[in-house]
Amino acid sequence: MSKPTQTIEDVVIKFAGDSGDGMQLTGSQFANNTALIGADLSTFPDFPAEIRAPQGTLPGVSGYQLHFSSNRIYTPGDTCDVLVAMNAAALKVNLKALRTGGMIIADTSGFDAKNLRLANYSDGDNPLENGSLQGFELHKIDISKLSREALKDIQMGTKEKDRAKNMFVLGFLYWLYNRDMASTLQFLKEKFGKRPEILEANLHSMQAGYNYGDTVEAFSTRYIVNKAKLAPGRYRSITGNTALAYGLIAAAQKSNLPLFVGTYPITPASDILHELARHKNFNVRTFQAEDEIAGIAATIGAAYGGSLGVTTTSGPGMALKTEAMGLAMMLEIPLVIVDVQRGGPSTGLPTKTEQSDLLQAYYGRNGECPMPVVAAATPCDCFDAAFEAVRIALLHMTPVILLSDGYIANGAEPWRFPASTDLPAIDVHFKKEISESETSFQPYQRDERGVRPWAVPGTKGLEHRIGGLEKEDITGNVSYDPDNHQKMVKIRAEKVALVADDIPLQKLDSGPDQGELLVIGWGSTFGAIKSAVQTLQSAGHSVSHVHLRHLRPFPKNLGSIIRKFKKVIVPELNNGQLVKILRDEFLIDALPYNKIKGVPFNKGELVDAFQKLMEAKA
Amino acid sequence: MPETMPLPAPTLTAKDFQTDQEVRWCPGCGDYAILAAMQKTLPQLGVPKEHIVVISGIGCSSRFPYYVNTFGMHSIHGRATAIASGLKASRPELSIWIVTGDGDGLSIGGNHTIHLLRRNFDVNVMLFNNQIYGLTKGQYSPTSEANKVTKSTPFGSLDHPFNPLALAMGADASFVARSMDRDPKHLQAMLLRSANHKGASFLEIYQNCNIFNDEAFAVFTDKGSKADTTLFMEQGKPLRYGAEGRNKGIRLDGYKPQVVSLTEGNYNEDDLWVHDEQDFFKAQILTRFFDNPAEEAEQLPRPFGVFYESKRACYEEGLALQIEEAIERRGLGNLDALIQGRETWEIAK
Repeated sequence: MSKPTQTIEDVVIKFAGDSGDGMQLTGSQFANNTALIGADLSTFPDFPAEIRAPQGTLPGVSGYQLHFSSNRIYTPGDTCDVLVAMNAAALKVNLKALRTGGMIIADTSGFDAKNLRLANYSDGDNPLENGSLQGFELHKIDISKLSREALKDIQMGTKEKDRAKNMFVLGFLYWLYNRDMASTLQFLKEKFGKRPEILEANLHSMQAGYNYGDTVEAFSTRYIVNKAKLAPGRYRSITGNTALAYGLIAAAQKSNLPLFVGTYPITPASDILHELARHKNFNVRTFQAEDEIAGIAATIGAAYGGSLGVTTTSGPGMALKTEAMGLAMMLEIPLVIVDVQRGGPSTGLPTKTEQSDLLQAYYGRNGECPMPVVAAATPCDCFDAAFEAVRIALLHMTPVILLSDGYIANGAEPWRFPASTDLPAIDVHFKKEISESETSFQPYQRDERGVRPWAVPGTKGLEHRIGGLEKEDITGNVSYDPDNHQKMVKIRAEKVALVADDIPLQKLDSGPDQGELLVIGWGSTFGAIKSAVQTLQSAGHSVSHVHLRHLRPFPKNLGSIIRKFKKVIVPELNNGQLVKILRDEFLIDALPYNKIKGVPFNKGELVDAFQKLMEAKA
Repeated sequence: MPETMPLPAPTLTAKDFQTDQEVRWCPGCGDYAILAAMQKTLPQLGVPKEHIVVISGIGCSSRFPYYVNTFGMHSIHGRATAIASGLKASRPELSIWIVTGDGDGLSIGGNHTIHLLRRNFDVNVMLFNNQIYGLTKGQYSPTSEANKVTKSTPFGSLDHPFNPLALAMGADASFVARSMDRDPKHLQAMLLRSANHKGASFLEIYQNCNIFNDEAFAVFTDKGSKADTTLFMEQGKPLRYGAEGRNKGIRLDGYKPQVVSLTEGNYNEDDLWVHDEQDFFKAQILTRFFDNPAEEAEQLPRPFGVFYESKRACYEEGLALQIEEAIERRGLGNLDALIQGRETWEIAK
């Protein structure tokens, strides 16, 4: 007889285990399944930099947090309702984020003497047994044993069988949340189609987990989370890196240009390369170069030749590309530099998120070298931001920096994807011949937006030489003339400033257009800021939220928006970067709120910070 | 062999490849001769000049593109090879020439040079070797002889010099050759061979810097000594040289090269090593003919000409093929199908 079900609105689950336990796969499968039932969804994969950190240790814990709801949600959740702990270390690392009364599903085989010792529990002190978890709903399950039992008829070593125990967990949670397992069945068939014994082990283990829920008395209720009231339309689930890759392909198609991506593997940007490398039938050329510098240099070569040139990297890689970015700026050719930011400086925190590189994007080059900067706010927004970065680069003949970060790069959410016909064409015109008004080709003759012509090799009559030395206005010849240099520096800056005419005016994300407090954010903090602002607005506070896509140049009305508020706060996952630029640009007393811990903001901490500022006497 | 290669009827002349820019190398610089040889060679390629691109890095030699009336880019230090790689990968039909130097191509850009060669893009690398940094006014370079006294090494340099052609062989270059600024005919022939080679051609050009390293190669280039210090290799011909009626030759004793006299009666021409550009192993020995001419001991002559040429797949062809095959297999990309993926759901109004 089936057990009763209860409908709930909102759940946060954290899958946590050893970095070899398959928690990322388990979490992403559950996320995918959740997306398909139409709930709103936000995920936060959090894993160590080591591929296989020492087994059983605290630094080796890999987690996947998943928030789903029948309401609109914007963050992966401040606290968890359910914690799956595959070993003692996973419990220790994540317990503090579990809400009081939350459910713990612990694999007892991960709590033996060795695991307890590795997780720094003092001798013989097993948290599952010592009563310390009394405030929670604790379920102790010997998952390894149960999974092994389910696979007893399969010819396979114990070690290999144990690799399927994450599927037991997944099956159990599918039971608990009343799910159909078809999406994972299909996934496993495709992944292990050529290894029938592995496929069978995974399927058996998952089914065993599902059946376990049905039979065991300890679990009396199953939960249902209904569809969220999202805007009508067709949805899919997507991560930021995939969305960014699709945005680049879409922009290439819409501009009728072949896409060239010269890049070097770096966390957390490599998945963009992986995704693009699969789509050669879109005339995508991916080039894994010998280093970061060659990645951008090859891309400059391709862009010079008339391709849509994109190079992808993270902070340390962008530092290496700096000189070549200056060359692209001097050549005035279109180029997109994608920086999926991570904790810095130096190697920093490769797998952790940080809004680390806004100042690098703004100022990190020799000489006067401004270039447009665009930032993505959510996983699916990476698509639009990529499209926008390409549009600006191509139409304004300039390198553009696109900032994403590790949090949205790996996080997933539902995406109401566009139809290709809804995407605007990007109208690129190559210079084909000398016009009647010209006696010879002038490579640095500009139009009213300060944009020079794109004349690619192979065009008869337009042979010309360009380079990194200062250009003479109009002719592009090498010039050391003092007045010319000052003029050219100003012209290049003006060209970037004029991009402001070609971007939308800034809109408030929410709140009144004047009042007590304005929160200004950029990039991946969108969800947390939006949730915190909503909470305060519901409580009757006057708070408004502006979230910037265009960081350079700023939308033309930003200053006038800002001046209508008494207080301005700028929350950032860094030591205060946008806040410096805003203070510099608008001479306002904007206040920073910073977190530099390699993890996203919680809604709660932002609510507290904003409230405190509102209460403070002016 | 240049003289037997079928040449397309030249419709352009050297003059077509000159620009209106004043050439600004020091008077007497070897670069002038190389520029002239290049301008004479380009019309022989049968390639429209708008399809020719000259890309350079930074250094004296890297001013080159400004003086050749084709498409050109004077880029940043060491990266011309990488820029050319991307251009060739995306525009395989272009004739691309990379102008670099011993500092640009072997020091700051050394990494890109070896990777360009192993990938075998069909481009031409002209490495002007003057064994000195000229543009920064006279520091030793990675090809400077050890113990060289320069501004940055007042007590002599400690670096062991690179052997550029051995390095190119080590990177599996498919075309390796050497020429010199002071032998314009040979230089033109080598430029033409470079152009006609399908794959990355690596041509080292000994170039005199008369300001900071004058006469570095004089022993190889001066009329008085050239015949006895240089070996001009020709395909299928025995390795012979020498001032007195080419009286000397190279013989292989096992894998050890040996200078022998053809006039003393012990050896005749039949005993000599016959040059074979396709012989990978012998080419490696030839690149190791690298004795320091300043040393007294018996010297192997310095070889000039084509050391090695092989047919090997070019990167850009492989890339184009992958794209072609992907389109054949999966059809031209459908953007809506891509964006939608396989699993979607509908939220009703």
